[in-house]
Amino acid sequence: MLRIPCPWCGPREEIEFRYGGQAHLAYPDNPGSLSDAEWADFLFMRDNPKGVWAERWMHNAGCRRWFNVVRSTVDHRISASYPMGAARPPEGDA
Amino acid sequence: MTEAPDRYWRAAEPKAAYDVVIVGAGGHGLATAYYLAKNHGITDVCVVEKGWLGGGNMARNTTVIRSNYLWDESAAIYEHSLKLWEGLEEALEFDMQFSQRGVLHLVHDLGSRRSSMRLVNANLLNGIDAEWLDAQQVKEFCPIMNVSPDVRYPVIGGTLQRRGGIARHDKVAWAFATRASELGVDIVEHAEVTGFARGPEGAVTGVETSRGTIRANKVALVAAGHSSVLASMAGLRLPIQSRPLQALVSALYQPVLNCVVMSNAVHVYVSQADKGELVMGAGIDAYNSYAQRGSFHVIEHQMAAAVELFPMFAHARMLRSWGGIVDVSPDASPIIGPTGIPGLFINCGWGTGGFKATPASGWALAETIAMGEASALARPYALERFSTGALIDEHGAAGVAH
Repeated sequence: MLRIPCPWCGPREEIEFRYGGQAHLAYPDNPGSLSDAEWADFLFMRDNPKGVWAERWMHNAGCRRWFNVVRSTVDHRISASYPMGAARPPEGDA
Repeated sequence: MTEAPDRYWRAAEPKAAYDVVIVGAGGHGLATAYYLAKNHGITDVCVVEKGWLGGGNMARNTTVIRSNYLWDESAAIYEHSLKLWEGLEEALEFDMQFSQRGVLHLVHDLGSRRSSMRLVNANLLNGIDAEWLDAQQVKEFCPIMNVSPDVRYPVIGGTLQRRGGIARHDKVAWAFATRASELGVDIVEHAEVTGFARGPEGAVTGVETSRGTIRANKVALVAAGHSSVLASMAGLRLPIQSRPLQALVSALYQPVLNCVVMSNAVHVYVSQADKGELVMGAGIDAYNSYAQRGSFHVIEHQMAAAVELFPMFAHARMLRSWGGIVDVSPDASPIIGPTGIPGLFINCGWGTGGFKATPASGWALAETIAMGEASALARPYALERFSTGALIDEHGAAGVAH
């Protein structure tokens, strides 16, 4: 069970949250001119690192807001949590 | 009891070069090597493995075998696999404790009843055995199940594939390894791939490993949960997310459960191994991970469902639980074929249900490597389907909700 720090509600148990996968994926600026391969890249291709990455969570059973978390996929350690729209904090600045 | 031999397969030192290198000595990688040698006469093959043979998901799965998937492309490859299973012990001359005891999928709501009946009809049209059972027939087929209407999620029926069943997973890996080794395939354990040798136009010309460089003009990645990590070393991005999938076994009991029971709605699947353990699989954890462990609440949820379906399981003691890392694809179907990088092939994305496909997965990838292009069995599973939109959506039949 992960303990996830919601930026608004504080640390809560994982069962209160819904996962949203990779963070900081921007909708294409020019959707009309994208090729099929570029659409595939936006819709389906994802980073999947063995290590630290930024991911989205939603506090489903709390404030129901989306936010981002920096977490290691190796030891599950969470080093940062920050509101949607904010930039990813630099490493070591948790 | 028959005595085991000292060794099943040759311990091999890696040579400098091979025709084909396969990364990953799990079931799919070993089956690929075996069929390359057996079906295509390609025996100058090396299987490299970062850990020990059959020690990844091959050692961690719940061994369910069935072919009752929805779409024609899936029916083709999973039914090919089941037909191979039906002759595999004879073909490999190896006891794998393959047992066609029937796989029962429970239905708890009207929506699932409609989709399950559609699945039965789709299976029958593809020549795959499938039956719809009402709750009473479910009870007759699996007498220890609680089909009372007075539970949280009553059983209202189920689909049954009588030809489905289980096999002893380790023995499957050992069988493919043994016969591939006899045909000349080198199996090199404790050799972790750290990069790729590249030639003109970026072609992959070999693998860099912790035991040195091994050259080959054809390299196949068959690494399940670690597929994205390997692919990224070659500059290839995949539509794959790695997630923990947990399972557990009970202590040993007298035979009580005569079939495989799965319930997608309440997230449990269970069978009883010949030795006596109840083998149970859980739902998938929500988050990306390479830790080979998941959250305990997932197991708790699974046990609650198991105890409601099988009240006598409340007396069972859990022996151990573990996790594997599964490679989940967007449409719950695998990715098999060339990668767009010359010399590099991939077989991944089997997610939560790769064990049953072991023989056909190896068969299809071996054909593809031998031909240098996707074979008929593999073609629908090309990486390009994410650009063309020809997805093969098997979330309904894949067994575990992702």
